[in-house]
Amino acid sequence: MIEIHNIQKSFNGVKVLNGISGIFESGRTNLLLGASGTGKSVLLQCIVGLIKPDLGSITYDGKVFTNNKLDLKQEIRRKIGMLFQGSALFDSMNVEENVEFPLRMLTKMGREERRERVEFCLKRVGLENAGKKMPSEISGGMKKRVGIARAIAPNSRYLFCDEPNSGLDPLTAIKIDELIYELTKEYDITTVIVTHDMNSVMEIGDNIMFLHKGNKLWEGGREEIMDTSVPELKEFIFASSLMRAAKKVDEELGSLDELSTIQTNREPEEEKPQE
Amino acid sequence: MKTLGSYLLFLNTLIRRGESFRILFNRTMDEAILIGINSVFIVGIVSTFIGAVTCVQISYNLTNALIPRSTIGFMVREMTILELAPTITSIVLAGKVGSNIAGGLGTMRITEQIDALEVMGINSASYLVLPKIIASLLMFPLLVILAMTLSILGGYVAGSLSGALSAQEYVEGLRSEFIPYNIVFALIKSFVFAFLISSISSYLGYNTKGGALEVGAASTKAVTNSIIAVLIADFVCAYVLL
Ligand SMILES: Nc1ncnc2c1ncn2[C@@H]1O[C@H](COP(=O)(O)OP(=O)(O)OP(=O)(O)O)[C@@H](O)[C@H]1O
Ligand SMILES: [Mg+2]
Repeated sequence: MIEIHNIQKSFNGVKVLNGISGIFESGRTNLLLGASGTGKSVLLQCIVGLIKPDLGSITYDGKVFTNNKLDLKQEIRRKIGMLFQGSALFDSMNVEENVEFPLRMLTKMGREERRERVEFCLKRVGLENAGKKMPSEISGGMKKRVGIARAIAPNSRYLFCDEPNSGLDPLTAIKIDELIYELTKEYDITTVIVTHDMNSVMEIGDNIMFLHKGNKLWEGGREEIMDTSVPELKEFIFASSLMRAAKKVDEELGSLDELSTIQTNREPEEEKPQE
Repeated sequence: MKTLGSYLLFLNTLIRRGESFRILFNRTMDEAILIGINSVFIVGIVSTFIGAVTCVQISYNLTNALIPRSTIGFMVREMTILELAPTITSIVLAGKVGSNIAGGLGTMRITEQIDALEVMGINSASYLVLPKIIASLLMFPLLVILAMTLSILGGYVAGSLSGALSAQEYVEGLRSEFIPYNIVFALIKSFVFAFLISSISSYLGYNTKGGALEVGAASTKAVTNSIIAVLIADFVCAYVLL
């Protein structure tokens, strides 16, 4: 479990994060949702310690991360796995060596043990035959898989993903989402995913925080998100006509069942479809 | 001034919380191979020709019959050891090694590979940069010695082929009034240049911001700044040590 409290960050006097608090539970996929430029990546980088927040505290399973002694920070960091937006594979190493790298640097595993673990992780992400390939020789989706394998290799307790499925076709994107979801459940990992993809939200959003201009405007599960009354979130969700259609079907089914008493106005339909 | 400050801070992070000695050693060996072996060819070519050209030009200027021809050998040796081998080699290496270091680190920075190291709790500066600097300190003097040898050899070949002086005269010139300290001086210079080139290029590459364009710019800046630093240091060394 990760707790963040009142995280604030400005760049050159411009406030990017305006006091964000929240709890990310283990064994759940926690999504940070929001439009481009709302500070999702900055928040993620604050949480993993790549950026120092101006104010606020972060605790990992009760251990304070911000402003703590370096040793303690390192100890926490060694349990963090991160999948970067561009995968960030080490391009001087092949796939196997990439996955082995954190094991070599962070654990006391012997050579044979490492080899087994690498094999296991690559198999788990469905890449058992790509071990000898260089990062430049594999596709974007495969890179993400290698990135995930590298992130979970040292038995990480925390997994951070910055837009894990950006730039992938819908089918591959869903597969990557599912992989992250399964791993989270399988190993009871605390997973935080930055996304602006409503598909991911509906597929794997156990807990969703909606960020808008550096503020957290909404938090909840995927089953509730469609019924939100927050105007910014509504605008975000129903920007695509597909989501508007889905909402409509949902409503009609609801009224058939005579269960739904939600008085959603017709706002979404009045909006012009955006591209 | 601000840049100088952050450069010094950067150097400080290199020696804070490093990885184990074994990892440092392995990484240094890898870098030494990259820096050393890959530069042998270009350093060899450049220094051989420099020696040859120096020999031919001196003999062209040395028309006075009262001066013995062996003086040519003597002058090639002096110029090579004191100035040409360490300085020209370093300038060549500033171009080759400097751009390579800055480009490599810059790419790692913009593709978040450096962030990936940091998230794992690895001191990326010391993991990536320290081995490059140590490897440069090891390899530059060796390359300079190679350059000295080949340059003097180049002068020998050019002198004999052009008939400017006989092989015997050349060797006689090489042997006269030899001051061993000059070699020490050249090696000290090559250490200084190695440190400047590798650390300046690393600093610029490591702190790249932006995209591919900025990586290119960092590479170029690494080369020009390294060369300027080498020339200033060359002057300072001559002033202080001679
Ligand atoms: N290192 C930095 N220096 C200055 N400003 C920054 C820095 N990093 C981010 N910003 C600014 O912070 C704001 C939020 O950026 P951030 O990358 O967090 O957006 P995001 O929500 O991740 O968007 P996207 O979905 O496009 O990735 C942007 O306006 C950006 O310009
Ligand atoms: Mg982002």
